[in-house]
Amino acid sequence: MSFRRKKGAEVEETLKRIQSQKGVQGIIIVNSEGIPVKSTLDNQSTVQYSALIHQLVMKARSTLRDIDPQNDLTFLRVRSKKNEIMIAPDKDYFLIVIQNPSA
Amino acid sequence: MEITYVYSKFRREFGRQGLFSDRAEAVMVDIQPNPRLMSNFVVKTPRDQASQACMDMSEHPVNTERFESSNCGINHMEGAWPKDINPRDLEQTVRFKKKIEKEENYVNSLVHLGYVMDHCIRQNNTIDIYQEHFKEDEIEKVPEFPTAKTMSVFRDPNQVKRTITGLSWHPDGGRKLAAAYCSLDFQKSPPDMSFDSYIWDLEKPNYPEMALKPESPLVCLDYNPKDPHTLLGGSYGGQIVLWDTRRGSQPVEYSSLEHTHRDPVYKIIWLQSKTGTDAFSASTDGQILWWDVRKLSEPTERLVLDPSREGNLDQALGAISLEFEPTMPTKFMVGTEQGMVVSCNRKAKTPAEKIVCTYEGHHGPIYAIQRNPFFPKNFLTVGDWTARIWSEDIKESSIMWTKYQMSYLMDACWSPVRPSVFLTVKMEGVLDIWDLLFKQSEPTLSVKVSDKALYSLRIQDNGQVLACGSHSGEATLLHISSGLSTLQKNEKSLMAAMFERETKREKILEARQREIRLKERSRSEQSREDEAWREDGDEDPEQILAKVESDFYSMVEVEMRKRERERRAAAPQEEEARDENEVKNEEEDEVKKEDEEVEKEEDEVKKEDEVKNEDEVKNEDEVKNEDEVKKEGEVKIEEEGEVKKEEGEVKNEEEGEVKKEEDEVKKEEDEVKNEEDEVKNEGENDEKNEEEDGETE
Repeated sequence: MSFRRKKGAEVEETLKRIQSQKGVQGIIIVNSEGIPVKSTLDNQSTVQYSALIHQLVMKARSTLRDIDPQNDLTFLRVRSKKNEIMIAPDKDYFLIVIQNPSA
Repeated sequence: MEITYVYSKFRREFGRQGLFSDRAEAVMVDIQPNPRLMSNFVVKTPRDQASQACMDMSEHPVNTERFESSNCGINHMEGAWPKDINPRDLEQTVRFKKKIEKEENYVNSLVHLGYVMDHCIRQNNTIDIYQEHFKEDEIEKVPEFPTAKTMSVFRDPNQVKRTITGLSWHPDGGRKLAAAYCSLDFQKSPPDMSFDSYIWDLEKPNYPEMALKPESPLVCLDYNPKDPHTLLGGSYGGQIVLWDTRRGSQPVEYSSLEHTHRDPVYKIIWLQSKTGTDAFSASTDGQILWWDVRKLSEPTERLVLDPSREGNLDQALGAISLEFEPTMPTKFMVGTEQGMVVSCNRKAKTPAEKIVCTYEGHHGPIYAIQRNPFFPKNFLTVGDWTARIWSEDIKESSIMWTKYQMSYLMDACWSPVRPSVFLTVKMEGVLDIWDLLFKQSEPTLSVKVSDKALYSLRIQDNGQVLACGSHSGEATLLHISSGLSTLQKNEKSLMAAMFERETKREKILEARQREIRLKERSRSEQSREDEAWREDGDEDPEQILAKVESDFYSMVEVEMRKRERERRAAAPQEEEARDENEVKNEEEDEVKKEDEEVEKEEDEVKKEDEVKNEDEVKNEDEVKNEDEVKKEGEVKIEEEGEVKKEEGEVKNEEEGEVKKEEDEVKKEEDEVKNEEDEVKNEGENDEKNEEEDGETE
C-alpha cells in the first residue's frame, strides 16, 4: 500500500513541480485513446485540447515514421503568438503543458 | 611567229582506244557525318509549313459545372471512452480515471515524461529559443509596382440586377460586408424587382450570408461601430430602418412616415455618443435629421439646409453626402446636389448659426465627402468630373484638384493608413488610386474593375482590402499591394507640408484677388469723383469742347480737300507729301494752339486728359483715313513735338496707344488710366466718330 502511494505521490510531486514553474498555464495528461486522465484546466478546455492535440500528435508521429521508420517522435513544441504548447509523448500517454514564457 | 618548242611523238601512240572491263564495285570514299559540324547549324523549329487538304479541326470551349460547396459545422462528442462508460456520467468517468491513475505503467511513464517536460520548461524560462536576432536589420523592400488584385466578386443573386449604392464593412475586423441594393433610375425599376439588401461573408462569395428585407429598397447602410449586430439603413422611400442581425432579416423598427424624409435617404451615419444609439441622415429633400434608434418614431433634431439660414424648406439644397469624423463630434459637413459643401456645427444655439459656411466649387452633385483621417482640416470631395481637396480655412476654392477626368466620379475615400492616398471610382468602371506624394497629375494606379459603372467604394480599416459596388449589382473585393497600404517614411510630415503649401498659395491668391477688387473699386470711386468734379467746372470743358469741335471740323475739311486732290490727279508723291505736310503743319499748329489754351486754363491732370483726348481723336481719325505707317510716323513727330510740355509717362501712354500692335507690355496704371479716360470720353469720341463717318460717307 505504501509502495503504491509513494508512486502515486511521485506523480503528484512531478505535476506540482511542473505547475510551479514560471509561466505554466495548464497541464493535461491524455491517454493513448485521447481521454484526458488528469488536468488542471476546466473541463471544456481540457476536452478541446485533448481531442485536438491527440490528433496532432498522431499525425506528427505517423509523418516521422513514414519518412524514416526507425525514427520516432520524442517531443513536440507548438509555439503560437500567445503561448507555447509542449507535448511529451510516450507509448501510452502524453503530457501536455501550456506555458507562456514571457508572462 | 617563232617556234619556241618542238616535241615529237610516235603516230601509233596517238588516240588510244578505250578498253572497258567489268569490275566489282569498290567503295572509293566513305565520308562519315561529322557531328562537330552540327554545331554550325541550328535546328529550325517551329517550321511553318503550308499544307493543303488537311483535316478539319475546331476549337470548342467547355464550361464545367460549378462546384458548390457549403460550410457547415459538425457536432463533436467526446469519444474514446470505452463502451461501458457513459461520458456524461461524472461518476463513471471519475472512477475510470482513478483506475488509470493507479496503474504502474501510468506512473512510470509519467515520471519519465515529467523529467523531459521539466527540462524543456526550464529551457523556455531561461532563454527565449525563438528569439529573432536579426530583427533590426529589416529586409530591404524591393520597390514594387502598385497593384490591386481582385479577390472575389459578390453577385446579386436576383434576376433583376440593381445598383449597389451603399457599402459598409463589419466593424469587427471586416469579415462581413453589408451592401445596399437599389435601382436609382427614376421609375425605371421593373415591378418584380426585389427590395432586399444583403450581408456577405467574405469567405462565401457564392451566396449572401443574410438578407435584409425592408419595405422599400435601401439606398445606404451603416453598421453600428459599437455594436456589430445592429445596422441602420436609409431607404428609397425616405424611412430609416433598423436591423438587428440576431433577430433575422426583418427590420426591428422603421421611422414613422410623418416625420421622416420625403426623398430617398442618401446617407446615414452613426454618431459617437455615450448611449451609442444616435445616428443622423441626409436626403435630397434638404433636411438633415438626427435620430435616436430607441425611438425612431420622431427625429431628435432637424436641420434644414437653407443657405440663407432661414430654415425655409423650399430654398433648401438637397443633400447627397454626409461627412462625420468621430474626433470632431460637433462639426459635420454635407455635400449637396447643387455642388456646394455646407459645413455645419451641431452645437450651435440657433438654427441660423448651425450652418457655419459653404464651399463652392463643383459643377454637379457632390457624391462623396470625407476628411483626411490624418489631417482633419483638409477634406476631399468628388462630384462632376473632378476630385477636389479643400482646406477648411479657404472658402473661395479648393486647394488642390485633379484635372477633368473622362467620366463622372461617383465615390471616393481616403486611405485610412496613408495620408497621401485616396481612391476614386468612375462611371466607366475604373478604380483610381491617387498617391499625392508620388504623382499629382494622374492616378498612381488605374484598375478597370468592371464593365459597368462603379457607384460605391469602401475601404477597410486596414487600408488593404476594399470593396466597390457596380451598377449591375456586383461587389468586387480588391486587395491593394502593400506599397499603397503601408505608411512610408516621412509621409505625414511631407503631406502636412504639402497641404500647408497649397493652403498658403490659395490664401495668397485670395488676398491678391481682394486687392485687385479693392483697387478697382477705389478707382471707380475716383473716376466718379473726377466726373463729379468735372461737372462742377462746367464752363471750361464746354469751351474747350467747342474749340475741339471747330478744330475737328476744320481738320476734316482739310482731309477732304486732300482727298480730292489725290483723286483728281495721279499726283506725284511729292505733291501729296507737300499737301500732307501742309495738312500736318496745320494740324500741328492747331495742336500747339490747343495745348497753349489748355495749359492756360486747366490743371495738369485735365490738360493731359484733354490733350490725350484730342490726340486720341486725331490719331483715330488719321488712322482711319490714311496709311497707318505714315500716320504713325507723323503722329510720332507730333508727339515728339509735344514732348516738351508733357511728362514722360503720358508720352509713353500715347505712343503705346498708337502703337498698339507693336507694344504689348504696358504698365497696369497706364492701362487703367487709359481705360478711365476712354470711359470718360467715350461719349465724345463716339459722337465724333459718328459724325466723321457720316461725313466721309
